[in-house]
Amino acid sequence: MNKEKFDYYIKKNSNIYEVIIGLEVHAQVLSKSKLFSGSPTVFGAKPNINVSLVDAAFPGMLPVINKFCVEQAVKTGLGLNAKINLFSVFDRKNYFYADLPQGYQISQYKNPIVGEGVVVLDMPYGTKKIGIERLHLEQDAGKSIHDLDPNCTYVDLNRSGVALMEIVSKPDLRSPEEVNAYIKKIRSIMRYLGTCDGNMQEGSLRADVNVSVRLVGDNNFGTRCEIKNVNSIKFMQIAIEHEANRQVDEIENGKKIDQETRLFDSKKNITRSMRTKEDAHDYRYFPDPDLLPLRLEQSLIDNLKKDLPELPDEKKERFIKEHNLSAYEANILVSEKEISDYYEEVIKNSDKKLATNWITGDLFAVLNKKNISISESPVGAKNLSSLINMISSGKISGRIAKEVFEIMQEKNQNPKQIVESKGLIQQSDPKKLEKIILEVLSNNKDKVEQYKSGKVKLFGFFVGQVMKVSDGKANPQLVNEILKNKLK
Amino acid sequence: MSIDQKTVKYIAKLARISINEKKAKNLANDLTNIFKFIEKLNKLDTKNIEPLTSIAETKLHLREDNIKDANIRDQILENSPEKNKEYFVVPKVIE
Amino acid sequence: MSEIIKLTLNELVAGIKKKKFSSHEVTKDFVNRCIKSKKLNSFITDNFDNALKISKKFEIKSNQNKQLPGIPFAVKDLFCTKGIKTTAGSKILNNFIPSYESTVTQNIWNEGAILLGKLNCDEFAMGSSNETSFFGNVENPVGKKLVPGGSSGGSASALAANLTPATIGTDTGGSIRQPASFTGTVGLKPTYGSCSRWGIVAFASSLDQAGPMTKNVKDCALLFQVMSSYDQKDSTSVNFTRERYSEKLNQNIKGMNIGIPKEYRVEGMPSDIEKLWKQGIEYIKNSGANIVDITLPHTNYALPTYYIVAPAEASSNLARYDGVKYGLRTDGNNLIDMYEKTRSEGFGDEVKRRIMIGTYVLSSGYYDAYYLKAQKVRKLIKSDFDTAFDKVDAILTPSTPTSAFKIGEKTNDPVSMYLNDIFTVPVNLAGLPAISIPGGHDEKGFPLGLQIIGKAFEEQTILNVAYCLEQKINFKNQIKDWWLK
Repeated sequence: MNKEKFDYYIKKNSNIYEVIIGLEVHAQVLSKSKLFSGSPTVFGAKPNINVSLVDAAFPGMLPVINKFCVEQAVKTGLGLNAKINLFSVFDRKNYFYADLPQGYQISQYKNPIVGEGVVVLDMPYGTKKIGIERLHLEQDAGKSIHDLDPNCTYVDLNRSGVALMEIVSKPDLRSPEEVNAYIKKIRSIMRYLGTCDGNMQEGSLRADVNVSVRLVGDNNFGTRCEIKNVNSIKFMQIAIEHEANRQVDEIENGKKIDQETRLFDSKKNITRSMRTKEDAHDYRYFPDPDLLPLRLEQSLIDNLKKDLPELPDEKKERFIKEHNLSAYEANILVSEKEISDYYEEVIKNSDKKLATNWITGDLFAVLNKKNISISESPVGAKNLSSLINMISSGKISGRIAKEVFEIMQEKNQNPKQIVESKGLIQQSDPKKLEKIILEVLSNNKDKVEQYKSGKVKLFGFFVGQVMKVSDGKANPQLVNEILKNKLK
Repeated sequence: MSIDQKTVKYIAKLARISINEKKAKNLANDLTNIFKFIEKLNKLDTKNIEPLTSIAETKLHLREDNIKDANIRDQILENSPEKNKEYFVVPKVIE
Repeated sequence: MSEIIKLTLNELVAGIKKKKFSSHEVTKDFVNRCIKSKKLNSFITDNFDNALKISKKFEIKSNQNKQLPGIPFAVKDLFCTKGIKTTAGSKILNNFIPSYESTVTQNIWNEGAILLGKLNCDEFAMGSSNETSFFGNVENPVGKKLVPGGSSGGSASALAANLTPATIGTDTGGSIRQPASFTGTVGLKPTYGSCSRWGIVAFASSLDQAGPMTKNVKDCALLFQVMSSYDQKDSTSVNFTRERYSEKLNQNIKGMNIGIPKEYRVEGMPSDIEKLWKQGIEYIKNSGANIVDITLPHTNYALPTYYIVAPAEASSNLARYDGVKYGLRTDGNNLIDMYEKTRSEGFGDEVKRRIMIGTYVLSSGYYDAYYLKAQKVRKLIKSDFDTAFDKVDAILTPSTPTSAFKIGEKTNDPVSMYLNDIFTVPVNLAGLPAISIPGGHDEKGFPLGLQIIGKAFEEQTILNVAYCLEQKINFKNQIKDWWLK
C-alpha cells in the first residue's frame, strides 16, 4: 500500500494543489489545581470562584509550579514518542487583554519541556506518521464575555492559570480526514494516560489550524494562514476545506496569500480575516524571572515511563498478536480507552472472538442509535460477558442471545435471569431434538422425498420448521447434525 | 543609536501608554541619551558567554497538586474599579 | 524631647521586656514625633490610631519570647499590608487596599511589632532621591531641601529623624544602601533569595530584595534575623540555614581578608569619599584583618547592564496595572483606550521612561543586542565577584559617589541620576549581600557611607566587619530636628 497516497487534492484550471496542514492543539491538563497557583480547575464553577490572588495578578503575587502538571506533560510526551527535555525554561509572553490579568502569559518559548515526537495514524490507505514538533506547558487565559451587556465586557478568571499543554505538529497533515484521525489519536492517547479528558465541548481540547496550499510536485511550502476559534473536529474540517479552496482561488487569480490569522465563522462556514488594529504582535518573550529553569532528573522520566498504562498502539498490536483479532477489529477496540477497558473486562471470562463481534456489532449498533458513548452503555461489561458465556456453553443459541440482548438494554438486567424467567434455554438434549426432528420430517414426507431426490435447499426449510416447533430454542448445531443424519 | 518619535510612539503602543506629541518628543530625547549610556555594552565581547539563567542559588520548587485557594471572590473583586458581585467589568472589547 | 525615640531598637526591646517603659509609652512618643514631623513627608499613610490602640492592649507578660515585642514600626509603602492602603508611591495604586500581608512584614508582626505607618518611596521603587513619588518629595533630616536618597527615601528619612526605631526597605540597585549613606544610617541588602518577595510590589524580580534599615549594626542583625525566612510561595526563595545573626555578632575580624577593588576608584571621585575609604581601610588593618587588592574588571559595565535588565523586568511586572482588577481606572472609549489613558495618568514620568526602555530592549529585533547581551554581561560581573571571593572574605567600597544632593538638582538628567547607583548596582546584579554603614561626614557636613560586600549567604561576615568598623568609626549624626513643628 502506498503510504504517501492521499486523495485530497484541489483541482483548478488544470492545476492540482495539495493542502499542507499543521495543528497546534491546546489540551487542558487534568489536575486538581492550576499550573502556577493553588486554585481549583473544575469546569462550570460560578464566575471568579476558582480564582486566587495569584491568578488575578495582585501586586506582589508570585508563581509556584505544580509538580503534577509537569508529570502530566512528561507522560503525554512519552505517549507521543517524544524526547523529554531535562532542561526547560518558562518564558513570559507579553500582551494586553482583559482576560490576561498579569499582562503576560507564562509559557515556554525556546526551551519546551518536550521535543520532537511522532504519532501514527491508521488511515484507510495504511498507516501514516505525523511528526510532533514539540509540547510545552503554558497558562490558559480567563474568559471575556461580550454578550451579557451591550456596553461592556465581563471577565471571568476561573480559567486563568489552568495548565495547558500545547502540542505542535509538524506540517505533515494533508487532508481533513487526516486531521480528524490525528485529533482523535492525540485525544485517545491523552485519555489513556489520564493527562487530559479531551472534552472539546467544555473546551479542554482546542486547536488552531495552519493551512497552506502548493502545486503538487512543488517542494516549497506556500504561505500559511492560521485559523482560530474552531471548537469541534467537524468545524475544523469545514474550515480547512474552505480555507484551502480560498487560497487556491486567490493564487489562481494571480494574488499572493497574506500570512494572517483568520477566524472561523461557524454560521457561514467561512474563514474571515481578523481585523486587528496593530499588525505587530510583539510578544517580547523573555525567561520569567520569578521562576527558575526546570531541571528534571532522568530517574523521574524513567519512573513515569515505567508506570505508563498500555497505550493504544501497543494495545492494538497485542490484541492482534495475542487475541488473534484483525487490524480493523483491534483498531476499533483501542480507539477509546473506555472501549478497550470494556472489552478487556468482558474477555476476562469470555470468548474473545464472540466478545469482539458482540461489542463491535450489536453493542455499537445500540450506542450509535442512541448516540451515546460506551461509558453510558445500557448493557454493562459483566452482563455482556454472562450472555456470551451462555452462547459458548450452548445454553442459548446465538439467535436467542440477540433477543435477550434486546431485553437487557432496558435495565442492564442479568441475562441469566432473563433466560430463566422467559424459559429461553436452548434445547440441546439430543433425544428431545430427535423427537422434534422426526416429527417434522414425518409431517413433511413429500418435502423429504424432494430433498432426497436433489432439492438440497429444503434443508433450510426443515431447520426452520424445527425452530418453529421448538420456539426457536433448538440448538442449531445439534439440529443440523441430527437432521443430516436422519435425512441420509 | 538615536530613538525617534515614531519609535517612541510604537513602543508606547506596545506598552499601552498614551503619549502626546510633546511627551513623545521629550521621551525620544531622554531615551536616546539613556541608550547612548547603555550602548557601552557593545564594547564587550560576549560571544562565548552563556547568559545568566537565574541568580537564585536553588532548584525550582515543585509544589503538590493540592487545592489551597478557592472561593475568595469577595477579596478578588473588592478592589475592582467597576463594582460587580461576580465579574470584572471592562469597556467593550473591539474584536 | 523624648529620650525614648532616640533609643536603638535593641534598647527599646530590652526596655519593654524589663518593663522600663511600656509599648504604649513608646508608641505614643513616636506617634507624637511623627505628627510634628509632617514637613519631612516621610509617611504616605499613617496607622497612628490603630498603633496606639494595639500598643495600649499590649502586655509584655505573654510576649517575653518575641524579638520585637510591642515595638512601633513603620515600613516602606512597597510592602502589602493587610487592610492598610499600599500605594508603591504611585497614583495608579492610590486607592489599593490589599487583603493580604507580605511574608516579610508578617514575620515582623509575628515578633510583636506594631505597624506605625507606610513610608514614602520613589514610585514603584524607581529612583534614587525619592523625587518620583506621587505623594511628593521626601526631605532628608540631615539638612533642608536635601534628598534622602531613594527609592527607600521615606524609610531612611523617618529612621534618621527618629520617627521609627527601625524600618525596612527594598533594594534593587541600591535603594536601601544609598539612602542609608545619604542619611547616616545603616542599611543591609541581603543575598538574593534570603528574604521572601511574596507580597512586595515587584519592580525587577531578579534584583529586588527586602532588607533592614536601622540606626546601628546590632539592630540590623536583629531585624534581619526576623525578616529572613524560606517561603515556598516565592520560587526564588532559598532554603538555607539562617543563623541567629544578632547573637553571633562579633567585632573580631582578625585574619580576615578584605578586598579593595581598584575599579571602584572612579575618575573625579570627591576627595571626601577617597578619604573616608582610606580611613576605613586603616581601621580594617588596625583590627587585624588583611587588605587585599582585587580587581572586578567588569564594574564599569554594571550600570548599563542594570539599566537594561531592571527596566525589562519592570516593563513586564507593571503590565498588570491596567485598571481592570484594582487601582486607578481612567475611562476610555474601549478597552485599549482605557488601558492607555489609565496607564498614562497613573504612572509618573520616570516609571514611564523605564517601561519604555524595558519594552524596547525586549522587543523583536533588539532582544539579542540588549537583553540577552545584558544577561551575558551579568554573568561576567558575577564571575568577577566569584573570582575575587576566592581570595577575600568581604569587599570594602564607598556606598555612593556623593553625599546627599539638593532636591531638584538632578531631576532634569536621568543619566546623572542613574550614576548615583554606581557602587551599589553590581551587588544586585551578582545577587550578593551588602551593607552600608555611616563612614563619616563630608566637607558639607553630610553623611557618607561605606559599603561591605559579602559572599552569598554570608551576611554574618559582613555584619561582623560592619560591626567592627562601626565601633572604630564611632559615627555621630549631626541632625538638628529643624523640621519639627
